[in-house]
Amino acid sequence: MSHATSMGLPSRKMAFWAFIGSECLLFGSLISTYLIYKGRSLEGPTPHEILNIPLTSVSTFDLLMSSLMMVLALAAVQRGDRKWANIWLFATAFLGMIFLGFQAYEFTAFVHEGLTLQRNLFGATFFVLTGTHGAHVTVGVIWLLTLWSIGLRGRLTPDKALNVEIAGLYWHFVDVVWIVIFTLVYLLQ
Amino acid sequence: MEGQAHSHPTVGTYVRVFGILVIVTIIEVGVFYVPAFQKLLVPLLLTLSAFKFVLVVMFYMHLKSDSRFFTFLFGVPLLLAVAVIAALLLLFGVLQIG
Repeated sequence: MSHATSMGLPSRKMAFWAFIGSECLLFGSLISTYLIYKGRSLEGPTPHEILNIPLTSVSTFDLLMSSLMMVLALAAVQRGDRKWANIWLFATAFLGMIFLGFQAYEFTAFVHEGLTLQRNLFGATFFVLTGTHGAHVTVGVIWLLTLWSIGLRGRLTPDKALNVEIAGLYWHFVDVVWIVIFTLVYLLQ
Repeated sequence: MEGQAHSHPTVGTYVRVFGILVIVTIIEVGVFYVPAFQKLLVPLLLTLSAFKFVLVVMFYMHLKSDSRFFTFLFGVPLLLAVAVIAALLLLFGVLQIG
């Protein structure tokens, strides 16, 4: 249950926007650390030797698609369409899991090519930045699967739409962070 | 219904926004591979990325139709984060003025 504030806004939603604001500062610090140390590694592998743009473009498309699924899930919950709400929620979580699979594959390939957390400044800042993002995606997937299981029991009624909306805010934030990482880390090497 | 205190975009709008996001992503990747764009790569990619960011925040996170106070709660820390990034990049010589 969420109480309205004196401004007439749901207090949980307000608190969550404040949390997302604080997350901007967290990712801002990680992104600036990556950019400051970029090109200062004393030994390879360097970004242009190792980053796989075609693979990451596909995972970016995957995450964008998951954002569409998320808003469709919210719309279905709001109109009381339980069947499609469950389908879209599971599709969002599934696409999130595919993104994590891409990231696990990428990390494994990098380690095999000699890039580890300790190898150089690029490895340290790259793994911390993208790993933190991946941890956020993992939390999002668990959250979505929890909502999906609630939906399967028929408890995701229109009066619970705020629960899905807040999960959606988190998921879309994870998406916009990836939009920035994709450009700054992968495309601007 | 507390989740519907404001009007959200329609499903058609969501799908159109997704189409635009995909097209802009294809342009981003295309620009990366075309040598003619190399000199303009940084401003071009930053602009396209910012455009995608704004689209998701406005339409999928509903800031376009939601209370302005949520925009304030998100916008102030976001601007602060951008300012901190810019200040650090200047301080460490990654960005240079003039």
